[in-house]
Amino acid sequence: MTDQTQNPPAIATGAQSTVKASRGGMLGLTANDFRLFLIVLVITFLAPFILNPFPEGSALAQFNAGYPDLMQRFVIFGIFAIGFNILFGLTGYLSFGHAAFLGVGSYGAIWMMKLLTLNVIPAIIMAIIVAGIFALMVGYVSLRRSGIYFSILTLAFAQMSYALAYSVLTPITGGETGLQIKNTDRPLLSNIQDGEIGRANLFGLEMRSSFELELGAWLFTFNAGYYIAAVVMLLAFYMSIRLFRSPFGMMLRAVKSNQQRMNYTGLNSKPYTLAAFVISGMYAGLAGGLMVAMDTQVGPERMFWTASGEVVLMAILGGAGTLIGPVLGAGFIKYMENIISKINSTILHEWFFWLPDGLENFVVALIYPFIGKGWHLTLGIMFMAVVIFLPGGLVEGGQRIAGWIKNRRGSGDGPDKDPEHHPKQAPHVGE
Amino acid sequence: MGILEVKGVNKRFGGLQALGDVNLSVQEKSVHAIIGPNGAGKSTLLNCLIGKLIPDTGSVMFDGKSVLGRKPHEICQMGISRVFQTPEIFGDLTVFENVMIPCFAKRDGAFRLHAIETVMSEKDIVEQAEAMLSEVSMLDKRHMLASSLSRGDKRRLEMAMCLVQQPRLLLLDEPTAGMARADTNNTIDLLKEIHEKRDITMAIIEHDMHVVFSLAQRITVLAQGSPLVEDTPANIKGHPKVREAYLGETA
Repeated sequence: MTDQTQNPPAIATGAQSTVKASRGGMLGLTANDFRLFLIVLVITFLAPFILNPFPEGSALAQFNAGYPDLMQRFVIFGIFAIGFNILFGLTGYLSFGHAAFLGVGSYGAIWMMKLLTLNVIPAIIMAIIVAGIFALMVGYVSLRRSGIYFSILTLAFAQMSYALAYSVLTPITGGETGLQIKNTDRPLLSNIQDGEIGRANLFGLEMRSSFELELGAWLFTFNAGYYIAAVVMLLAFYMSIRLFRSPFGMMLRAVKSNQQRMNYTGLNSKPYTLAAFVISGMYAGLAGGLMVAMDTQVGPERMFWTASGEVVLMAILGGAGTLIGPVLGAGFIKYMENIISKINSTILHEWFFWLPDGLENFVVALIYPFIGKGWHLTLGIMFMAVVIFLPGGLVEGGQRIAGWIKNRRGSGDGPDKDPEHHPKQAPHVGE
Repeated sequence: MGILEVKGVNKRFGGLQALGDVNLSVQEKSVHAIIGPNGAGKSTLLNCLIGKLIPDTGSVMFDGKSVLGRKPHEICQMGISRVFQTPEIFGDLTVFENVMIPCFAKRDGAFRLHAIETVMSEKDIVEQAEAMLSEVSMLDKRHMLASSLSRGDKRRLEMAMCLVQQPRLLLLDEPTAGMARADTNNTIDLLKEIHEKRDITMAIIEHDMHVVFSLAQRITVLAQGSPLVEDTPANIKGHPKVREAYLGETA
């Protein structure tokens, strides 16, 4: 047998150049990935400014999203979607029951707070562990099938968890009313006065404590809970980049691409998919734990199948299989849910008061189905438009705009660095 | 004693006797072809060799160990690689990644949770994959997506993915099926080159006589599930039984 490591000198230099191309960034990331991480970092830390572009009291203040409750939701659902993307984006296994792990994690976290300590860190760790164990059990069974059958199995598990939480498991889950921290709870390690309701904190720093900054007409809120959740999300995002670029991530993409070839290459695809499933479930548990840390209550509706469907939408809307896509999708959906749904007909009439009366009523009647409770309709239309025109999600939209700008500037960038690189055209509906 | 020993293999599908008492011995470092008309049981035999089917009776031994009941990835880890009728590659991955995956499989086994290091920091794997790609002269295409390759290049890539694992036995399932004459000849040249360079044992399932007679050192003719004759190409050509069962129909 010939030894393949004895390569001619021409190849050795090739190897060096490939290795060199992977350097240039920091934290073990390539230059491109590091830049992406840095952008996300800056945006999350400046979010209270970026999301509040309109002065208080102006007509457009309606569209400000820079209040703590919503910002926390952005990053928490961002974590949820990042985790979901590790499973769906890389292996192609579409789990339709991911909300179950979020819910189970939430229950784990709140019990930790009720019994042990009001510090959020043990609660979050507990949430990850509980969700991971539950994901291991669900994954072990569900991954015996693939495709639609896998999706149905995960959906069945999630609905089962939801139904159990509502009925049989009421002693643990609180049934319909769910669980809250009550004035009768006496966590072991926290000093709570009689009759006082404990509050979630991080070594004494309460989650809901905020610092408000007034600049002229603008009001910016910096909330402790948001920044803690944001740091956790950045960590989660960083770990997902590492995972995407690792041999493990490559194997997961191989699972999606051709399982037959994978098996005949001497690789067992089962443990790879199970590991991805468990990691993904742990991300969901982390999101659930953070939800409890921010707002100390849990109800079974958190595990309902619409919640599982929502994270699927987030991943696809943003761009499944891309690093930043799921975070964008999560932010987009949560923004729509909280902002569009707040607009009502009175606000519409205020906006269009300058139109003649008949026309004003007509325009308002035309827009009315898409706002308030009709925000689902707007979301549905947006989702369809993205799936049909941008199969790669919002990320593909961004790439197309960037490419268009590059073309407009002219091809003054010099020769193509890699003429052999022909990226595959994104699959287009109707082709 | 050959590297692959098939003894007394029977396989029934309901009332159909797909394989009847098949005995086969593939000698180390030889090219052994298994031919036969459609429905002769070639594919069933191959599926028994790679663990997809379990024969009703009989044994399949590779290097003294039974392969029966083992999963495909276990059989591959034993040293049997397989080339498919239509190239099976990772279409969504780049050519380079396609070759690195078998390198990882060879080094790390069937599963390893290897999620911290980047792929490119594994220098030994990177070098091994680059050397292999240059051997099949595809190094310049390494950043292309595998699905965008031409058919011939896909075949080369699949070969490279198998060879980089240094298998002890390479199973080829009709490697020239559906190819034009020119492509067929290219594939024959590629296989010849691989055999000469690496001294690798090959078992080829094929019904194109041209391919078989240009490559094989030993030929087994299957007909209706049973081996008819086993001999050298020269003797097979003139064999009256083979003519009757097979060549007569196609000539």
